[in-house]
Amino acid sequence: MSNVRIPPVLRETTGGSRTVTAHGATVDEVLGDLFVRYPALRERVTTDGELSPFVNLYVNDRDVRYREGLATAVGPDDTVILLPAMAGGAR
Amino acid sequence: MTNQSATPPRIPEVTVPEAIHLAEQGYRILDVREAGEWNQGHIPTATLLPLAEVANRVESVIPDKGTRVVVHCAAGVRSARAVARMQALGYTNAVSMRGTIFDWRRAGGAWEVPQSLLTPAQERRYSRQLLIPEIGQKGQRRLLDSRVLLIGAGGLGSPAALYLAASGIGTIGLVDDDVVDESNLQRQVLHTADRVGVPKTESARITLNALNPETRIVEHRERLTADNVERLIADYDVVVDGTDNFDTRYVLNDAAVRLRKPVVHGSIYRWDGQVTTFVPFDGPCYRCMYPTQPPEELAPACAVAGVLGVLPGIVGLLQANEVFKLLLGVGEPLAGRLLMFDAMGTTFEEVRIWRDPACPACGDAAGVPAATAAVPNGAAYQEAGVR
Repeated sequence: MSNVRIPPVLRETTGGSRTVTAHGATVDEVLGDLFVRYPALRERVTTDGELSPFVNLYVNDRDVRYREGLATAVGPDDTVILLPAMAGGAR
Repeated sequence: MTNQSATPPRIPEVTVPEAIHLAEQGYRILDVREAGEWNQGHIPTATLLPLAEVANRVESVIPDKGTRVVVHCAAGVRSARAVARMQALGYTNAVSMRGTIFDWRRAGGAWEVPQSLLTPAQERRYSRQLLIPEIGQKGQRRLLDSRVLLIGAGGLGSPAALYLAASGIGTIGLVDDDVVDESNLQRQVLHTADRVGVPKTESARITLNALNPETRIVEHRERLTADNVERLIADYDVVVDGTDNFDTRYVLNDAAVRLRKPVVHGSIYRWDGQVTTFVPFDGPCYRCMYPTQPPEELAPACAVAGVLGVLPGIVGLLQANEVFKLLLGVGEPLAGRLLMFDAMGTTFEEVRIWRDPACPACGDAAGVPAATAAVPNGAAYQEAGVR
Protein backbone atom coordinates (compact mmCIF):
# COMPACT_ATOMS: atom_id res chain seq x y z
CA MET A 1 0.00 0.00 0.00
CA SER A 2 1.53 3.30 -1.02
CA ASN A 3 0.94 6.78 0.34
CA VAL A 4 -0.47 9.32 -2.07
CA ARG A 5 -0.07 13.06 -1.40
CA ILE A 6 -3.09 15.03 -2.47
CA PRO A 7 -2.28 18.64 -3.41
CA PRO A 8 -4.41 21.41 -1.94
CA VAL A 9 -6.29 22.13 -5.18
CA LEU A 10 -7.47 18.50 -5.35
CA ARG A 11 -8.34 17.97 -1.70
CA GLU A 12 -12.01 18.70 -2.24
CA THR A 13 -12.12 15.44 -4.23
CA THR A 14 -10.76 13.43 -1.30
CA GLY A 15 -12.94 14.97 1.37
CA GLY A 16 -10.08 17.21 2.49
CA SER A 17 -7.54 14.42 3.04
CA ARG A 18 -3.95 15.48 2.46
CA THR A 19 -2.56 11.96 2.28
CA VAL A 20 -4.45 8.81 1.34
CA THR A 21 -3.31 5.23 0.92
CA ALA A 22 -3.85 3.22 -2.23
CA HIS A 23 -3.36 -0.31 -3.51
CA GLY A 24 -1.61 -1.11 -6.75
CA ALA A 25 1.77 -2.16 -8.11
CA THR A 26 1.85 0.46 -10.86
CA VAL A 27 0.85 4.11 -11.16
CA ASP A 28 -2.10 3.03 -13.31
CA GLU A 29 -3.33 0.62 -10.64
CA VAL A 30 -2.83 3.15 -7.85
CA LEU A 31 -4.83 5.75 -9.77
CA GLY A 32 -7.51 3.16 -10.57
CA ASP A 33 -7.86 2.38 -6.87
CA LEU A 34 -8.10 6.10 -6.05
CA PHE A 35 -10.70 6.75 -8.74
CA VAL A 36 -12.97 4.03 -7.31
CA ARG A 37 -12.96 5.73 -3.93
CA TYR A 38 -12.70 9.35 -5.13
CA PRO A 39 -14.47 9.46 -8.51
CA ALA A 40 -14.17 13.24 -8.84
CA LEU A 41 -10.40 12.91 -8.90
CA ARG A 42 -10.38 11.20 -12.28
CA GLU A 43 -11.21 14.19 -14.47
CA ARG A 44 -8.93 16.45 -12.44
CA VAL A 45 -5.89 14.27 -13.07
CA THR A 46 -6.39 12.43 -16.36
CA THR A 47 -7.46 13.29 -19.90
CA ASP A 48 -8.51 10.43 -22.21
CA GLY A 49 -6.94 7.88 -19.91
CA GLU A 50 -3.57 9.62 -19.79
CA LEU A 51 -2.14 11.95 -17.19
CA SER A 52 -3.21 15.51 -17.98
CA PRO A 53 -0.31 17.59 -19.28
CA PHE A 54 -0.69 20.15 -16.48
CA VAL A 55 -0.48 17.48 -13.79
CA ASN A 56 2.84 15.96 -12.79
CA LEU A 57 3.00 12.67 -10.93
CA TYR A 58 6.04 11.63 -8.98
CA VAL A 59 6.89 8.29 -7.42
CA ASN A 60 9.06 9.40 -4.53
CA ASP A 61 10.95 12.29 -6.13
CA ARG A 62 10.90 10.99 -9.72
CA ASP A 63 8.60 12.27 -12.45
CA VAL A 64 6.91 9.21 -14.00
CA ARG A 65 6.99 10.84 -17.45
CA TYR A 66 10.74 10.27 -17.34
CA ARG A 67 10.23 6.67 -16.23
CA GLU A 68 7.58 4.32 -17.58
CA GLY A 69 4.60 6.68 -17.34
CA LEU A 70 1.47 5.02 -16.01
CA ALA A 71 3.27 1.66 -16.07
CA THR A 72 5.89 2.89 -13.57
CA ALA A 73 6.16 0.48 -10.65
CA VAL A 74 4.97 1.60 -7.23
CA GLY A 75 6.38 -0.22 -4.20
CA PRO A 76 4.54 -0.66 -0.91
CA ASP A 77 6.64 2.00 0.86
CA ASP A 78 6.69 4.48 -2.01
CA THR A 79 5.16 7.91 -1.88
CA VAL A 80 3.13 9.06 -4.86
CA ILE A 81 2.91 12.83 -5.27
CA LEU A 82 0.26 14.42 -7.47
CA LEU A 83 1.25 17.91 -8.47
CA PRO A 84 -0.81 20.15 -10.71
CA ALA A 85 0.65 23.58 -11.54
CA MET A 86 -0.08 26.27 -8.92
CA ALA A 87 -0.39 29.88 -9.92
CA GLY A 88 -0.96 31.84 -6.72
CA GLY A 89 1.34 34.67 -5.82
CA ALA A 90 1.31 38.40 -5.58
CA ARG A 91 -2.18 39.70 -5.38
CA MET B 1 60.44 34.11 20.25
CA THR B 2 57.02 32.74 19.51
CA ASN B 3 57.52 29.41 21.23
CA GLN B 4 55.66 30.46 24.34
CA SER B 5 53.77 28.33 26.80
CA ALA B 6 50.54 29.07 24.90
CA THR B 7 51.80 26.94 22.04
CA PRO B 8 50.71 23.32 22.53
CA PRO B 9 53.46 20.71 22.38
CA ARG B 10 54.27 18.55 19.33
CA ILE B 11 52.82 20.93 16.79
CA PRO B 12 54.93 20.73 13.66
CA GLU B 13 56.27 24.19 12.94
CA VAL B 14 58.24 25.77 10.14
CA THR B 15 60.24 28.98 10.04
CA VAL B 16 59.20 31.88 7.83
CA PRO B 17 61.83 31.15 5.12
CA GLU B 18 60.75 27.50 5.16
CA ALA B 19 57.13 28.55 4.83
CA ILE B 20 57.95 30.75 1.84
CA HIS B 21 59.74 27.80 0.27
CA LEU B 22 56.84 25.42 0.94
CA ALA B 23 54.37 27.93 -0.51
CA GLU B 24 56.45 27.95 -3.68
CA GLN B 25 56.37 24.14 -3.66
CA GLY B 26 52.57 24.25 -3.86
CA TYR B 27 51.57 23.84 -0.20
CA ARG B 28 48.09 25.18 0.55
CA ILE B 29 48.24 28.32 2.70
CA LEU B 30 45.57 28.66 5.38
CA ASP B 31 45.25 32.06 7.05
CA VAL B 32 43.50 31.68 10.43
CA ARG B 33 43.32 35.38 11.30
CA GLU B 34 40.05 37.35 11.41
CA ALA B 35 38.41 38.84 8.31
CA GLY B 36 39.32 42.35 9.46
CA GLU B 37 43.03 41.45 9.58
CA TRP B 38 42.76 39.70 6.22
CA ASN B 39 41.34 42.85 4.67
CA GLN B 40 44.42 44.79 5.78
CA GLY B 41 46.55 42.50 3.62
CA HIS B 42 47.19 38.80 3.06
CA ILE B 43 49.18 36.19 1.15
CA PRO B 44 47.61 36.15 -2.34
CA THR B 45 47.31 32.36 -2.52
CA ALA B 46 46.01 31.96 1.04
CA THR B 47 42.51 30.87 2.07
CA LEU B 48 40.91 32.70 4.97
CA LEU B 49 39.52 30.51 7.76
CA PRO B 50 39.44 32.28 11.14
CA LEU B 51 40.62 30.11 14.04
CA ALA B 52 37.17 30.00 15.64
CA GLU B 53 35.78 28.40 12.47
CA VAL B 54 38.56 25.88 11.90
CA ALA B 55 36.96 22.99 13.77
CA ASN B 56 33.61 23.42 12.02
CA ARG B 57 34.66 24.35 8.50
CA VAL B 58 38.12 23.05 7.72
CA GLU B 59 36.77 19.78 6.34
CA SER B 60 34.77 21.62 3.70
CA VAL B 61 37.61 24.04 2.91
CA ILE B 62 40.26 21.30 2.70
CA PRO B 63 38.47 17.98 2.18
CA ASP B 64 41.61 15.86 1.69
CA LYS B 65 43.18 15.30 5.11
CA GLY B 66 46.51 14.42 3.55
CA THR B 67 46.78 17.87 1.92
CA ARG B 68 50.05 19.64 2.66
CA VAL B 69 49.11 22.87 4.38
CA VAL B 70 51.03 25.75 5.90
CA VAL B 71 48.83 27.42 8.52
CA HIS B 72 49.65 30.98 9.52
CA CYS B 73 48.24 33.81 11.56
CA ALA B 74 49.78 37.12 12.66
CA ALA B 75 52.44 35.69 14.97
CA GLY B 76 52.22 31.91 15.18
CA VAL B 77 50.00 31.33 18.22
CA ARG B 78 46.59 30.95 16.59
CA SER B 79 48.10 28.95 13.74
CA ALA B 80 49.55 26.42 16.21
CA ARG B 81 46.14 26.04 17.80
CA ALA B 82 44.58 25.63 14.38
CA VAL B 83 47.05 22.87 13.51
CA ALA B 84 46.25 21.12 16.80
CA ARG B 85 42.54 21.20 15.92
CA MET B 86 43.27 19.94 12.42
CA GLN B 87 45.39 17.10 13.81
CA ALA B 88 42.50 16.12 16.06
CA LEU B 89 40.36 15.87 12.91
CA GLY B 90 42.92 13.63 11.22
CA TYR B 91 44.95 16.06 9.11
CA THR B 92 48.44 14.63 8.76
CA ASN B 93 50.41 17.23 6.79
CA ALA B 94 49.52 20.57 8.39
CA VAL B 95 52.33 22.72 9.75
CA SER B 96 52.22 26.02 11.60
CA MET B 97 54.34 28.99 10.56
CA ARG B 98 56.41 30.19 13.51
CA GLY B 99 57.07 33.90 13.11
CA THR B 100 55.10 36.96 12.16
CA ILE B 101 53.57 38.12 8.93
CA PHE B 102 55.97 41.08 9.13
CA ASP B 103 58.84 38.53 8.99
CA TRP B 104 57.12 37.00 5.97
CA ARG B 105 56.97 40.33 4.16
CA ARG B 106 60.55 41.27 5.14
CA ALA B 107 61.77 37.93 3.78
CA GLY B 108 60.16 38.74 0.43
CA GLY B 109 57.04 36.55 0.75
CA ALA B 110 54.18 37.38 -1.61
CA TRP B 111 51.69 39.83 -0.13
CA GLU B 112 48.74 41.83 -1.35
CA VAL B 113 46.67 44.58 0.17
CA PRO B 114 43.13 44.41 -1.17
CA GLN B 115 41.76 47.64 -2.50
CA SER B 116 38.80 48.70 -0.47
CA LEU B 117 35.70 47.81 -2.39
CA LEU B 118 33.33 49.45 0.07
CA THR B 119 32.96 52.81 1.74
CA PRO B 120 33.39 52.97 5.53
CA ALA B 121 29.61 53.43 5.85
CA GLN B 122 29.01 50.31 3.78
CA GLU B 123 31.52 48.38 5.87
CA ARG B 124 29.57 49.32 8.99
CA ARG B 125 26.15 48.66 7.54
CA TYR B 126 26.98 45.27 6.07
CA SER B 127 29.56 44.21 8.66
CA ARG B 128 27.64 41.10 9.75
CA GLN B 129 27.55 39.64 6.27
CA LEU B 130 31.08 40.80 5.40
CA LEU B 131 32.21 38.32 8.06
CA ILE B 132 30.69 35.44 6.09
CA PRO B 133 33.52 33.88 4.08
CA GLU B 134 31.32 33.36 0.99
CA ILE B 135 30.43 37.06 0.93
CA GLY B 136 33.21 39.29 2.23
CA GLN B 137 34.07 42.58 0.53
CA LYS B 138 34.00 41.08 -2.95
CA GLY B 139 30.62 39.45 -2.49
CA GLN B 140 29.13 42.59 -0.96
CA ARG B 141 30.47 44.64 -3.85
CA ARG B 142 28.80 42.22 -6.19
CA LEU B 143 25.48 42.54 -4.35
CA LEU B 144 25.75 46.34 -4.48
CA ASP B 145 26.32 46.15 -8.23
CA SER B 146 23.45 43.69 -8.76
CA ARG B 147 20.02 44.32 -10.23
CA VAL B 148 17.05 42.19 -9.21
CA LEU B 149 13.57 42.44 -10.73
CA LEU B 150 10.54 41.45 -8.69
CA ILE B 151 7.41 40.60 -10.65
CA GLY B 152 4.73 41.60 -8.18
CA ALA B 153 5.10 43.81 -5.12
CA GLY B 154 2.63 41.68 -3.18
CA GLY B 155 2.73 38.63 -0.95
CA LEU B 156 5.88 36.99 -2.28
CA GLY B 157 7.58 40.20 -3.42
CA SER B 158 7.19 41.89 -0.02
CA PRO B 159 9.45 39.71 2.12
CA ALA B 160 11.88 39.15 -0.73
CA ALA B 161 12.21 42.90 -1.42
CA LEU B 162 12.67 43.77 2.24
CA TYR B 163 15.59 41.41 2.73
CA LEU B 164 17.15 42.08 -0.66
CA ALA B 165 17.16 45.81 0.05
CA ALA B 166 18.32 45.40 3.64
CA SER B 167 21.36 43.42 2.60
CA GLY B 168 22.43 45.87 -0.07
CA ILE B 169 21.20 44.74 -3.47
CA GLY B 170 22.06 47.81 -5.52
CA THR B 171 18.98 48.03 -7.73
CA ILE B 172 15.56 46.52 -7.16
CA GLY B 173 12.95 46.80 -9.89
CA LEU B 174 9.28 46.28 -9.05
CA VAL B 175 6.68 45.38 -11.66
CA ASP B 176 3.14 45.94 -10.42
CA ASP B 177 0.23 48.00 -11.70
CA ASP B 178 -1.96 47.55 -8.65
CA VAL B 179 -2.74 49.85 -5.74
CA VAL B 180 -2.60 48.85 -2.07
CA ASP B 181 -5.87 47.36 -0.86
CA GLU B 182 -6.83 46.85 2.75
CA SER B 183 -7.06 43.09 2.17
CA ASN B 184 -3.38 43.04 1.11
CA LEU B 185 -2.06 44.16 4.49
CA GLN B 186 -2.53 40.75 6.12
CA ARG B 187 0.50 39.46 4.18
CA GLN B 188 2.02 42.16 1.96
CA VAL B 189 4.32 43.63 4.58
CA LEU B 190 5.84 46.25 2.28
CA HIS B 191 2.62 48.23 2.56
CA THR B 192 1.04 50.07 5.45
CA ALA B 193 -2.48 50.98 6.55
CA ASP B 194 -1.95 54.66 5.73
CA ARG B 195 -1.01 53.81 2.14
CA VAL B 196 -4.21 52.05 1.07
CA GLY B 197 -5.00 53.34 -2.44
CA VAL B 198 -1.36 54.21 -3.18
CA PRO B 199 0.32 52.39 -6.11
CA LYS B 200 2.10 49.33 -4.76
CA THR B 201 5.40 50.21 -6.43
CA GLU B 202 5.35 53.64 -4.78
CA SER B 203 4.42 52.21 -1.38
CA ALA B 204 7.20 49.64 -1.77
CA ARG B 205 9.73 52.34 -2.68
CA ILE B 206 8.88 54.31 0.46
CA THR B 207 9.33 51.26 2.70
CA LEU B 208 12.47 50.00 1.01
CA ASN B 209 14.23 53.34 0.90
CA ALA B 210 13.44 53.93 4.57
CA LEU B 211 15.14 50.63 5.25
CA ASN B 212 18.08 51.23 2.92
CA PRO B 213 18.40 54.65 1.27
CA GLU B 214 21.29 53.32 -0.80
CA THR B 215 19.19 50.83 -2.75
CA ARG B 216 17.90 52.19 -6.03
CA ILE B 217 14.23 51.33 -6.44
CA VAL B 218 12.91 51.31 -10.00
CA GLU B 219 9.13 51.46 -10.29
CA HIS B 220 7.63 49.69 -13.29
CA ARG B 221 3.98 50.63 -12.79
CA GLU B 222 2.64 48.23 -15.40
CA ARG B 223 1.48 44.67 -15.79
CA LEU B 224 3.92 42.24 -17.33
CA THR B 225 2.75 41.24 -20.81
CA ALA B 226 4.21 39.65 -23.92
CA ASP B 227 4.71 43.16 -25.32
CA ASN B 228 6.78 44.61 -22.47
CA VAL B 229 8.41 41.56 -20.91
CA GLU B 230 11.73 41.72 -22.75
CA ARG B 231 12.14 45.43 -22.10
CA LEU B 232 11.35 44.89 -18.42
CA ILE B 233 13.73 42.03 -17.71
CA ALA B 234 16.58 42.94 -20.08
CA ASP B 235 18.55 45.07 -17.61
CA TYR B 236 18.30 42.76 -14.61
CA ASP B 237 20.51 39.93 -13.39
CA VAL B 238 17.83 37.81 -11.71
CA VAL B 239 14.03 37.81 -11.86
CA VAL B 240 11.86 36.86 -8.88
CA ASP B 241 8.52 35.53 -10.07
CA GLY B 242 5.72 36.19 -7.63
CA THR B 243 2.90 36.53 -10.11
CA ASP B 244 -0.62 35.31 -9.57
CA ASN B 245 -1.58 33.81 -12.91
CA PHE B 246 -0.41 31.32 -15.49
CA ASP B 247 -0.42 33.65 -18.48
CA THR B 248 2.21 35.86 -16.87
CA ARG B 249 4.29 32.90 -15.76
CA TYR B 250 4.52 31.48 -19.28
CA VAL B 251 5.19 34.89 -20.86
CA LEU B 252 7.96 35.51 -18.32
CA ASN B 253 9.42 32.04 -18.74
CA ASP B 254 9.71 32.23 -22.50
CA ALA B 255 11.32 35.68 -22.45
CA ALA B 256 13.69 34.70 -19.64
CA VAL B 257 14.84 31.69 -21.65
CA ARG B 258 15.42 33.89 -24.72
CA LEU B 259 17.41 36.46 -22.71
CA ARG B 260 19.01 33.82 -20.42
CA LYS B 261 17.80 35.34 -17.19
CA PRO B 262 17.50 33.09 -14.15
CA VAL B 263 14.00 33.13 -12.67
CA VAL B 264 13.27 32.27 -9.05
CA HIS B 265 9.78 30.86 -9.04
CA GLY B 266 7.43 30.86 -6.07
CA SER B 267 3.79 29.96 -5.77
CA ILE B 268 1.40 29.63 -2.86
CA TYR B 269 -2.04 28.24 -2.17
CA ARG B 270 -3.65 28.35 1.26
CA TRP B 271 -1.18 26.34 3.38
CA ASP B 272 1.12 25.14 0.63
CA GLY B 273 4.00 26.75 -1.19
CA GLN B 274 6.47 25.81 -3.92
CA VAL B 275 9.83 27.23 -4.87
CA THR B 276 12.26 26.42 -7.64
CA THR B 277 14.90 28.21 -9.68
CA PHE B 278 14.92 28.15 -13.45
CA VAL B 279 18.40 28.69 -14.86
CA PRO B 280 18.01 28.73 -18.66
CA PHE B 281 19.86 25.91 -20.42
CA ASP B 282 21.50 24.87 -17.18
CA GLY B 283 18.34 23.29 -15.80
CA PRO B 284 14.68 22.94 -16.70
CA CYS B 285 12.41 25.90 -17.40
CA TYR B 286 8.77 26.34 -16.41
CA ARG B 287 7.58 24.80 -19.67
CA CYS B 288 9.76 21.72 -19.10
CA MET B 289 7.85 21.25 -15.87
CA TYR B 290 4.37 22.12 -17.10
CA PRO B 291 4.21 22.25 -20.92
CA THR B 292 0.58 23.35 -20.95
CA GLN B 293 -1.48 25.69 -18.91
CA PRO B 294 -4.22 24.21 -16.73
CA PRO B 295 -7.77 25.38 -17.28
CA GLU B 296 -8.68 28.57 -15.44
CA GLU B 297 -10.90 26.86 -12.84
CA LEU B 298 -7.91 24.87 -11.59
CA ALA B 299 -5.83 27.98 -10.97
CA PRO B 300 -7.61 30.11 -8.44
CA ALA B 301 -5.83 33.26 -7.25
CA CYS B 302 -5.41 34.22 -3.60
CA ALA B 303 -8.48 36.39 -3.91
CA VAL B 304 -10.55 33.26 -4.54
CA ALA B 305 -8.72 30.57 -2.60
CA GLY B 306 -7.40 32.48 0.37
CA VAL B 307 -3.87 32.41 1.72
CA LEU B 308 -2.32 32.23 5.15
CA GLY B 309 -0.43 35.48 5.82
CA VAL B 310 2.79 33.86 6.92
CA LEU B 311 3.01 31.49 3.94
CA PRO B 312 4.12 34.05 1.31
CA GLY B 313 6.54 35.33 3.95
CA ILE B 314 8.25 31.95 4.13
CA VAL B 315 8.12 31.23 0.40
CA GLY B 316 9.22 34.77 -0.55
CA LEU B 317 12.24 34.49 1.71
CA LEU B 318 13.16 31.13 0.24
CA GLN B 319 13.10 32.95 -3.11
CA ALA B 320 15.34 35.72 -1.73
CA ASN B 321 17.76 33.07 -0.51
CA GLU B 322 17.95 31.71 -4.05
CA VAL B 323 18.68 35.21 -5.37
CA PHE B 324 21.66 35.62 -3.04
CA LYS B 325 23.17 32.31 -4.10
CA LEU B 326 22.69 33.08 -7.80
CA LEU B 327 24.26 36.53 -7.46
CA LEU B 328 27.17 35.36 -5.33
CA GLY B 329 27.73 32.18 -7.34
CA VAL B 330 27.78 30.04 -4.21
CA GLY B 331 25.87 27.05 -2.91
CA GLU B 332 23.39 24.94 -4.78
CA PRO B 333 20.43 26.78 -6.27
CA LEU B 334 17.10 24.96 -6.56
CA ALA B 335 17.73 24.36 -10.26
CA GLY B 336 16.17 21.05 -11.24
CA ARG B 337 14.53 20.72 -7.84
CA LEU B 338 11.04 21.76 -6.80
CA LEU B 339 10.82 22.45 -3.08
CA MET B 340 7.37 22.06 -1.56
CA PHE B 341 6.49 23.54 1.79
CA ASP B 342 3.47 22.39 3.76
CA ALA B 343 2.70 24.91 6.48
CA MET B 344 0.10 22.64 8.09
CA GLY B 345 2.57 19.87 8.83
CA THR B 346 5.65 22.13 8.75
CA THR B 347 7.34 19.83 6.28
CA PHE B 348 9.54 20.38 3.26
CA GLU B 349 9.58 17.91 0.41
CA GLU B 350 11.50 17.95 -2.82
CA VAL B 351 10.97 16.42 -6.25
CA ARG B 352 13.37 16.49 -9.16
CA ILE B 353 12.46 18.22 -12.38
CA TRP B 354 14.24 17.62 -15.64
CA ARG B 355 15.10 19.65 -18.66
CA ASP B 356 12.92 18.42 -21.49
CA PRO B 357 14.80 18.08 -24.80
CA ALA B 358 11.45 18.57 -26.56
CA CYS B 359 10.57 21.70 -24.56
CA PRO B 360 9.04 24.34 -26.84
CA ALA B 361 10.86 27.11 -24.93
CA CYS B 362 14.33 25.77 -24.14
CA GLY B 363 14.48 22.42 -25.97
CA ASP B 364 16.74 21.49 -28.85
CA ALA B 365 14.22 22.57 -31.46
CA ALA B 366 13.26 25.86 -29.80
CA GLY B 367 15.70 27.80 -31.93
CA VAL B 368 17.44 29.54 -29.05
CA PRO B 369 21.17 28.92 -29.28
CA ALA B 370 22.39 27.61 -25.93
CA ALA B 371 25.36 29.84 -25.31
CA THR B 372 26.98 30.61 -22.01
CA ALA B 373 25.44 29.41 -18.80
CA ALA B 374 23.59 32.12 -16.93
CA VAL B 375 25.25 31.19 -13.65
CA PRO B 376 29.03 30.86 -13.55
CA ASN B 377 29.29 27.88 -11.25
CA GLY B 378 26.04 26.18 -12.18
CA ALA B 379 26.18 22.43 -12.64
CA ALA B 380 24.31 20.68 -15.38
CA TYR B 381 20.91 19.49 -14.27
CA GLN B 382 19.75 17.79 -17.40
CA GLU B 383 18.85 14.15 -17.42
CA ALA B 384 18.25 12.26 -20.60
CA GLY B 385 14.57 11.69 -20.97
CA VAL B 386 11.74 12.26 -23.30
CA ARG B 387 8.45 13.57 -22.17
